[in-house]
Amino acid sequence: MDTFFEFFSFADPNIRYVVIGSLLLTGSSAIVGSFTFLKKKALVGDAVAHSVLPGVCLSFILYGEKNPIILILGAFATGWLSLILIDIISSSSKIKEDTAIGLILSVFFGIGIFMLTIIQKSGNAAQTGLDQILFGKAASLVGNDLIAFAVIAAILIVSVWFFFKEFTLLAFDEDFASTIGLPVRGIELLLTTLTVLAVVIGIQAVGVVLMAAMLITPAAAARFWTEKITTMVWLAAIFGAFSGLAGAYISYVAPSMPTGPWIVVVISTIAFVSFFMAPKRGILYRLNNQRRIKKQINDENILKALYQLGEEEKNFFEKRTMAEILTKRKFVPAALKTGLRRLKREGYLKNQNGYWSFTKAGKHKGQRTVKLHRLWELYLTQYLHIAPDHVHDDADTIEHILTPELEARLEKLLNYPTLDPHQSEIPYR
Amino acid sequence: MEALQIILAGSLVAIACGLLGCFLVLRKMAMVGDAISHAVLPGIVLAFLFTGSRDSVTMLIGAGAIGILTTFLIEFFHKKGKLQTDASIGVTFTWLFAVGVILVSAFAGKVDLDQDCVLYGEIAYVPLDLWITDSGLVMGPRVLYITGTVLIILIAFIVLGYKELFLTTFDPGYASAIGISTAVWHYLLMGAVSLTTVASFESVGAILVVALLIAPPATAYMLTENLKKMLILTSVLGVFISAGGYYLAAWLDGSIAGAMASVAGLLFMLAFLFSPGNGVIYKSISRRSKPATDPS
Repeated sequence: MDTFFEFFSFADPNIRYVVIGSLLLTGSSAIVGSFTFLKKKALVGDAVAHSVLPGVCLSFILYGEKNPIILILGAFATGWLSLILIDIISSSSKIKEDTAIGLILSVFFGIGIFMLTIIQKSGNAAQTGLDQILFGKAASLVGNDLIAFAVIAAILIVSVWFFFKEFTLLAFDEDFASTIGLPVRGIELLLTTLTVLAVVIGIQAVGVVLMAAMLITPAAAARFWTEKITTMVWLAAIFGAFSGLAGAYISYVAPSMPTGPWIVVVISTIAFVSFFMAPKRGILYRLNNQRRIKKQINDENILKALYQLGEEEKNFFEKRTMAEILTKRKFVPAALKTGLRRLKREGYLKNQNGYWSFTKAGKHKGQRTVKLHRLWELYLTQYLHIAPDHVHDDADTIEHILTPELEARLEKLLNYPTLDPHQSEIPYR
Repeated sequence: MEALQIILAGSLVAIACGLLGCFLVLRKMAMVGDAISHAVLPGIVLAFLFTGSRDSVTMLIGAGAIGILTTFLIEFFHKKGKLQTDASIGVTFTWLFAVGVILVSAFAGKVDLDQDCVLYGEIAYVPLDLWITDSGLVMGPRVLYITGTVLIILIAFIVLGYKELFLTTFDPGYASAIGISTAVWHYLLMGAVSLTTVASFESVGAILVVALLIAPPATAYMLTENLKKMLILTSVLGVFISAGGYYLAAWLDGSIAGAMASVAGLLFMLAFLFSPGNGVIYKSISRRSKPATDPS
């Protein structure tokens, strides 16, 4: 607990540097990453992260010493070049985009490694630490780095804020953006530039591979919680910033622990929780929803079978056994049993010594399902000219989904018909 | 002798990666190969920790399992979570790689493994790492046996499963109609990628594995449409890349793995520009000459 207060009092300037640096870095790259994510180009961040290495080496070879600004310029140049090349390769040959990304990423990085080893063997003492750019050094950020971070983060955030509408349009509807006269190429180039900037800066803190995560993962996590892009970008920034803070804290408490990977583990955990737990889009919600719909279909089919039995014998409130229901429609016996019990609980059925019968509400519900089925069959034969013997399966699916509004429209469209294509009566209440 | 051993090891790895890469590139799964080759890192570290040895079969199995887990997670988030494929790949492999790096840091004293060696690999050590039997007989570089075995397994896999791999790659609908499970072959292929990656890891490093998985097949793809020709061409390119990379590295005194990746990139660039039929230059010439020959 002591370390907790020590850390969060931010009294130690080193802690301040690391925390502020990580926050700026993770927050701003999450914001830029949101747009590359929405453009379905999440992996270009990975490509850029690998492609900056030859640029760094080249500027070192040309300049002869480690000047941060020159190195960043070099990194920026090859990072940018890599995206342009990916674009050229995938647009002017049969090579697909993912292959182009993987190709450029690995070849650029290979060239970078090759140059790096040549530099290391050249005996120039100034090169020591050049390879830190591969793995990052978030825990040893100093004041100068922080100023660079702050400037770049400000550029990123301000540009996104300024071009928010344009980026949004580009992400969702590029064709529309160009028809209303937006300079699509220019905006795309700006987004590319911002991505490269974020990567070039971020890489020095978290390293090559993990930089890709800082662009992709917060956006992917945020996407699960909202349909609104503004909310999504905010959420991504908050998730990113939180993981930056958490990563810095963990490596403070356990000094042998690397900051960058911990940032990634934290943000990944947030993402996995989002994938599973988020309302509406989360995996658990979806599975649950599927189960609910399955239950509903099962139950409506039971009511339908009971209604059809009633129709045959002109007596809807007769008591029936499970065996009788099974003659009308195939059910898994266990599913039939739980369905019957559930329907009783919900007040649609009554049960006396193992005999099942409709309540009024149950008959009404069964009747509606049958009606929808037959209306839809009629609609398919009349309006889509599908043969009557081909419409049953389709109607069996749609009858569970049709809303009362659609029901009313169907009735009106078909002019309140009395018979379906198979000459069965369409029951109205 | 040393040069020959290194070039041979490089060629074996390059052919193995390239053959698999052909299927990955054609299936638009190039980045899945990239993802696996990074994501097996925690598997390798854990296997080191549990078995304490570098060359045990357990290590291959452990890392192979993580490789399969990677593809499973990518599929799972994509299918069940409706996450777009590229994001699903990115989230999964960066997470596993981060876990791997943390494991390396946490057990740095106990595992004979560091980040440099994982990322670059050091093929230059091939002639030094010898397989010596209990009776003291020197059998030659260990890596040659490992990569050789992997290559034989792979070739057997591709020859025996050629029809299935072909169909599930080009016409998955037809394949499943005649009873070939696309899922089974997907996971078999991914298992093969994991196996190859792990076996190649310590000899050439993660990044060269990715380069060799993608660059030679992409180059061959620029030159032919025929899968069999593409596989053969890829193997030839693999040998050329290995030899070319070795001599380039020897000349400029740099990393062999890096030089091999550079040569691979150079070859792709040549094919991209000059391929007869598919190259950029051929296309622009035929486009320019078209209006003259075309009466309309």
